[in-house]
Amino acid sequence: MIPLTNYLIVAAALFSLGVIGLFLNRKNVITILMCIELMLLAVNINFVAFSHYLNDLGGQIFVFFVLTVAASEVAVGLAILVAFYRTRRSIEVEDINTLQG
Amino acid sequence: MLETAFFNLFAGLSILSGMGVVLARNTMHSVMFLIFCFFNAAGLFFMLDAEFIGIIMILIYVGAVMVLFMFVVMMLEVNQAKLREGFLQYLPLGGLIAVILIIEFIAAAQSGVFTEGVKATAVHISQQVNNTAEIGQVLYTRYLLGFEIAAIILLVALVGAVVLTLRTRKDAKYQNIAAQVHVRKEDRMRKVRM
Repeated sequence: MIPLTNYLIVAAALFSLGVIGLFLNRKNVITILMCIELMLLAVNINFVAFSHYLNDLGGQIFVFFVLTVAASEVAVGLAILVAFYRTRRSIEVEDINTLQG
Repeated sequence: MLETAFFNLFAGLSILSGMGVVLARNTMHSVMFLIFCFFNAAGLFFMLDAEFIGIIMILIYVGAVMVLFMFVVMMLEVNQAKLREGFLQYLPLGGLIAVILIIEFIAAAQSGVFTEGVKATAVHISQQVNNTAEIGQVLYTRYLLGFEIAAIILLVALVGAVVLTLRTRKDAKYQNIAAQVHVRKEDRMRKVRM
């Protein structure tokens, strides 16, 4: 049987990859959204691992809620991105400065 | 022994494909790597006796969310070379933060705080236990409020996405039904003296 620590380390590695991706891909908003998905996946792995090892189904229920929020975040985020691309013809983070006054 | 081998396979492949997501030159390749990462994570979920979550992961993430990503990547015409400019500019800061984060996470995971109360001999649940039925029994009773709120969040996201991307085309001619119904005789007819 694999100890809980191994799952936690895998999730930690995935989460850190998501964080480093946020820093590296400053130009591409789509990749930033994907890195957020990666971080949420790490959180889900943690939830399911704890759910299994603590013998509590609550963790798996919370994966549902994380999944719901992630799906709606992606839908709205990509819609904003498409609407932004229509007006500015770009998806670079530096160009998204309309609201700074 | 076989279980350890499969864990190493799934974990290693998911981390490798996670690296691919971050480092791939083409955005489309990033999407593909992320899909592969989700498949491997689903394998990890299967090993944790969470079959339903694993299936949902493949159905919702791979089948819906990543396909949405793919559509958007294909729809937007972006200059890939320009997107890579200054890629390594933030590597020192981002790498430092990520390394600190992973060291903290691993130290916390191995400190034994989280393994308190964990089943000492965590054996797999017997095959007679139906994971889907168990989740259903909890989800529709104890977590009913959260379930309803999740439904409302999805509805708001659905309507919001439609409203954000909706646009009326200027070049197409549409029927204005309200104007047609409210037309009056005086607007259309003009008496001329012969």
